[in-house]
Amino acid sequence: MAISTGEFKSGLKVMLEGDPCSIVENEFVKPGKGQAFARVRLKNLRTGRVWERTFKSGDSLEAADVMDRTMEYLYTDGEFWHFMEPETYEQYQADETAVGETAKWLKEQDRCEVTLYNDAPLSVTAPNFVELAIAETDPGLKGDTASGGSKPATLVTGAIVKVPLFLSTDDIVRIDTRTGEYVGRGKA
Amino acid sequence: MDPDWRPTADLDVMRARAALLSAVRQFFAEREVLEVETPLLCAAPVTDPSVQVLTAASRYLQTSPEYAMKRLLAAGSGPIFQICKAFRGAEAGSRHNPEFSMLEWYRPGFASTDLMQEVEDLLRPLLPGWSWERISYRQLFLDHLGVEPHQASLEQLQHLAALHVETNFVSADRDDWLSLLMTHVIEPRLSATTLLVVYDYPASQCALARLCERDGIVVSDRFEVYGGGLELANAYCELADPEELLRRFQKDLQHPALSSAQRPIDQRLLAALEAGLPDCSGIALGLDRLLMLQLEMDDIDKVLTFPWAQA
Repeated sequence: MAISTGEFKSGLKVMLEGDPCSIVENEFVKPGKGQAFARVRLKNLRTGRVWERTFKSGDSLEAADVMDRTMEYLYTDGEFWHFMEPETYEQYQADETAVGETAKWLKEQDRCEVTLYNDAPLSVTAPNFVELAIAETDPGLKGDTASGGSKPATLVTGAIVKVPLFLSTDDIVRIDTRTGEYVGRGKA
Repeated sequence: MDPDWRPTADLDVMRARAALLSAVRQFFAEREVLEVETPLLCAAPVTDPSVQVLTAASRYLQTSPEYAMKRLLAAGSGPIFQICKAFRGAEAGSRHNPEFSMLEWYRPGFASTDLMQEVEDLLRPLLPGWSWERISYRQLFLDHLGVEPHQASLEQLQHLAALHVETNFVSADRDDWLSLLMTHVIEPRLSATTLLVVYDYPASQCALARLCERDGIVVSDRFEVYGGGLELANAYCELADPEELLRRFQKDLQHPALSSAQRPIDQRLLAALEAGLPDCSGIALGLDRLLMLQLEMDDIDKVLTFPWAQA
């Protein structure tokens, strides 16, 4: 299906140069006398790069068969990361390219946003906040909750984050996956 | 569901608009320029292929009151102005609304330089603190892009555009590339506090302006006013020759964009020019954009009570 520039709006998924893209912004540009343009910012969903492209008003792009679905993360076999659609129990396997940096935040049974392109995972977005156990860190300084210092900690998923000095191995920490920062202690 | 019924412009903006309209009317009353009204629904539309014309009740919604006001001038109205709504299909964005407010006025006996002075007289008190400059279209392109816009080849313009903008279209029309360079490269670089009069547009962008010769190059006797990179007004020393007008209409209507549109030619305008249009200059100014500059707002929606999406 071809979609004209007049219908471009943010979030719309289209094909550009063979890659599925999500429209970030579409600005109508036209001099009083002369050709109208659509100045479009698109995020390439395969590479994550943002492109800026100017089209003639009225030109069109093909729609991309792209869908965002909430799925449960099951496990990884080292090569693929397996996800399940909670309602249909349908399973999908995402490769390393699709999972990318998100792998270090994935905990079994967490709900993730999986972007499907032609029914295969194209990218995976972790929940904004995850709670993960510390696998390894320097011994905790009991009672030191005031000094404000931090130390590196390796989490069970392999991610390395900065945590307060008083935390020890096996403590649960809450992380903002968008910034990779410690935001508090976990509940578990 | 709660429909989005509230206005996007707040009360201060509405008051500023009312004050602007009042100031414009007072300015023209003092100069004995007559306020007029002409139909919004017209039997014949503009021929400009880059403008989408909307229709209602088997008529065309005006894209500007130009044709009707020229009929008044030919009938001996003397200097006239109009504040009205104009309509252009599919033009929606941070600087466009498909229905917008226009101030248009005509001055018999004025050369374009006289009209440049008058628009400056009108806007100075409305935009205090802004500086004024005048530059030719040619010099503007030389200064910003190092290219002579009237004589550069299609390939030169395409190459230059490719250096500055990632495009996704092909065009063999030089004016498309000039428009792209103007809107994408030059406009964003214009000073934020300068009202810039750009004059002597390419002959190929003459619309209904007269042609004239400058330093051996034929250009259109047309100027635009930019405020901080925002296109505010467009003016012509008006073409009065009915045969030349008909040729331009016919050329517009041969444009591929209009091949299926069947836009009729305004015979009444042609007849008015046959009867005699006085030598005059005319200008159209976007009032919503003027209000954006006055209030330092970067989105047209904020100066409209109910923009397109909430109309």
